[in-house]
Amino acid sequence: MLALREVSKSFGAVRALRGVSLDLAPGEAHALAGENGAGKSTLVKILSGVHRPDEGALLLDGEPVEFHGPADARAAGVAVIYQEPALFPDLSVAENVFMGRHPRRSFGRVDRRAMRTRALDLFSRLGVPLDPARPARGLSIADQQLVEIAKALSRDARVLVMDEPTAALSGPEVERLFGVARSLRDQGRAVLFVSHRLDEMFALCERVTTLRDGAVVATDVLADITPDDLVRRMVGRDLAALFPKQPTVPGEVALKVDRLTREGVFTDVSFEVRAGEIVALAGLVGAGRSEVARAVFGVDRRDAGSVHVAGRPLRAGSPTEAMAAGVALVPEDRRQQGLVMDLSIERNIGLTTLKWGLLSRAAERARATDWAIRLQVRYAGLTDAVTVLSGGNQQKVVLAKWLARKPRVLIVDEPTRGIDVGTKAEVHRLLSELAAEGLAVLMISSELPEVLGMADRVLVMHEGRLVADLPRAEATEERVVAAATGRPA
Amino acid sequence: MRVDRWETLVVALLAAVTVAASLGVDGFANGSNVAFLLLDVTEIALMALTMTLVIVAAEIDLSVASTLGLCCAVLGRLWTAGLPIEAIMPICLVTGALAGALNGLLVTRLGLPSLAVTIGTFALYRGLAYVILGDQAVADLPPAYTGLATQSLGPIPLLTLLVVVLAVAAGILLHATGLGRAVTALGANEEAAYFAGIRVKRIKFWLFVASGTMAGLAALVFTFRYASARADNGVGLELAVVAAVLLGGVSIFGGRGTLAGVVAAVLLLAVVRNALILADVANEVLNFVTGLLLVASVLAPNLKVRLERKPVQ
Ligand SMILES: Nc1ncnc2c1ncn2[C@@H]1O[C@H](COP(=O)(O)OP(=O)(O)OP(=O)(O)O)[C@@H](O)[C@H]1O
Ligand SMILES: [Mg+2]
Repeated sequence: MLALREVSKSFGAVRALRGVSLDLAPGEAHALAGENGAGKSTLVKILSGVHRPDEGALLLDGEPVEFHGPADARAAGVAVIYQEPALFPDLSVAENVFMGRHPRRSFGRVDRRAMRTRALDLFSRLGVPLDPARPARGLSIADQQLVEIAKALSRDARVLVMDEPTAALSGPEVERLFGVARSLRDQGRAVLFVSHRLDEMFALCERVTTLRDGAVVATDVLADITPDDLVRRMVGRDLAALFPKQPTVPGEVALKVDRLTREGVFTDVSFEVRAGEIVALAGLVGAGRSEVARAVFGVDRRDAGSVHVAGRPLRAGSPTEAMAAGVALVPEDRRQQGLVMDLSIERNIGLTTLKWGLLSRAAERARATDWAIRLQVRYAGLTDAVTVLSGGNQQKVVLAKWLARKPRVLIVDEPTRGIDVGTKAEVHRLLSELAAEGLAVLMISSELPEVLGMADRVLVMHEGRLVADLPRAEATEERVVAAATGRPA
Repeated sequence: MRVDRWETLVVALLAAVTVAASLGVDGFANGSNVAFLLLDVTEIALMALTMTLVIVAAEIDLSVASTLGLCCAVLGRLWTAGLPIEAIMPICLVTGALAGALNGLLVTRLGLPSLAVTIGTFALYRGLAYVILGDQAVADLPPAYTGLATQSLGPIPLLTLLVVVLAVAAGILLHATGLGRAVTALGANEEAAYFAGIRVKRIKFWLFVASGTMAGLAALVFTFRYASARADNGVGLELAVVAAVLLGGVSIFGGRGTLAGVVAAVLLLAVVRNALILADVANEVLNFVTGLLLVASVLAPNLKVRLERKPVQ
């Protein structure tokens, strides 16, 4: 239906794609795999008309086409969910969904009622309890992604392209999205699906194309290969997909959260994290996990309850003081909260360790280089703005920025969102290592294998309350999911 | 990098215009004209230094010239009331600081946009200046100070040395200290800066205080230089200041800009103006040329993006 022939694309000296060919067939879901920076998003942006190929051609139903911009691609029936949500914060959710194609009444007036019912209809297909009338500002990353998904689905397109749509979603949301995608596929649409979660590719897709350094390594029928084969194609070597945490003896209580409440968001949340422990906070999207993390760190206010770090009370509402006490928060939204996109890699990494006085550029660079290497950030130069990095590499810069502070308590909100398998294992190894050195880690994650593999204890939240506290031995997939969905275990 | 290139362009333009004026305009390239040119731009240069910091932090202070007027009025009033000038000068600076602090409080505490706040205080401070001094012009200022304000060390005016020292200090602050880094970061993405533990509001507040204080200093310079304290001192200077900062390559959206670029732009505007005046060009043309430069500075980065987008086939 839609195909790429020998497409190449360079950004300056970076060759993001080299001679890539890909066929999207009607009635088929096609997966796109590859490490961070392999060129997946670039390929997606070529399909969507954002970038134009330097060489090669796009074929639509066998005929060469040129997309001069996203509008052309849209007109040709291509709907795209980009890796990074880009909503208009001051418009309502419904207006965002129907941007540019608002339902009309006479005299071109926007039909708000129709817009609302159609948005509600889409959300119920996806099973999301979102109010179409609320503004997009302040939506969690997962909700923003769901709005983007609704936006793409509302187009009724022939080709649906999804760039890591599930990176911030947990099991049930992913299942619903897949349900919708499958029904589209069965109606004869073509689906392209990008993800770093192998199990998802196997669950949804029939074929997979793997990119490495911008070139196609192989296109396989998924039924014929194993996840290990796929990892080998991506990375070029064998790799343990998951790195289990090393057992440690928990030390003193490093973080104590007592009856923390924020009205209407979460209620009566109490837990402790000890030095050397990794505690996971699991739950569905919207359960209030990120909000708890933000209130602990002080970027959000809290209405009741207390937070103690190493026995000392932490004042509410001051991230600066939380940092001085040794707390670090890797936020979920890397573009808005994690990074200053226009600043360079090294300056972003240096941002958390700023002193007021004179800076030593050499020291700053040395530290940035050190962390960039430890996290295997793929970049052309440390002075490049982080905008030009691929999504996963941006995430690594956010991690580097906070690890450079050598915190005592590390709160990570979806730490491996958009990070490829190889580096994910690397991040897990690093967290495990740091925990062994006495770091207390609170990890919010929507990815169950990550939660089960890494956590000494699993806390589960459901609708703003802590509903389960499971030690590693008792934390099974069934129990976590049951607690997260509010079913009695 | 685009930003750097723009500043290089401003410097190159400055050099070209200077050379052209030296060759083509009678009376441009002599010592006393150059000294006059430098002296004449002192207040704009001073206020542009702090304005650079404010705009890099994605705010703006349109009340600087009115603050200058207010400080002049305070100075005039207190001088006619018989206070010694040595006591008045610090009071003048404190007045500026307080005016800046009010801007800062309104912006950081009430969360109002600085554009709206400082348009308000732009009128307020000027009005206050008239309330304090009326239409009066206080001219009998101590010659020791009025003389100092126009004195030179060799060929270079003393005040220019002051500007140089402060410009170097501001440059170091913005480009080589953690505080400057924080200002740049919060101007580019306030939320991410806040998440990184930068005290966004506190820094912004102090930037407004600095801007007000600098206006107070500029008020002293202005008053002594013209040996006249009036409520309408410095009317319209805020536009010249903002123009210079933007022409210097500072992004109006914050997060980008260098002090060197701004200094070059201040000089460029001053040289163009001076040369055109010497060449007997009408005032309207003068404003037109200044405006043209400004539009160019805003357009240039966008134009470049357009050109880069063009396919190279
Ligand atoms: N606008 C740009 N300017 C310069 N380089 C870019 C630009 N966009 C992408 N790149 C580079 O192109 C390469 C491919 O990036 P791309 O975003 O396609 O990777 P990806 O496979 O989507 O990775 P991820 O899994 O991390 O999302 C990277 O090296 C990236 O740094
Ligand atoms: Mg990508």
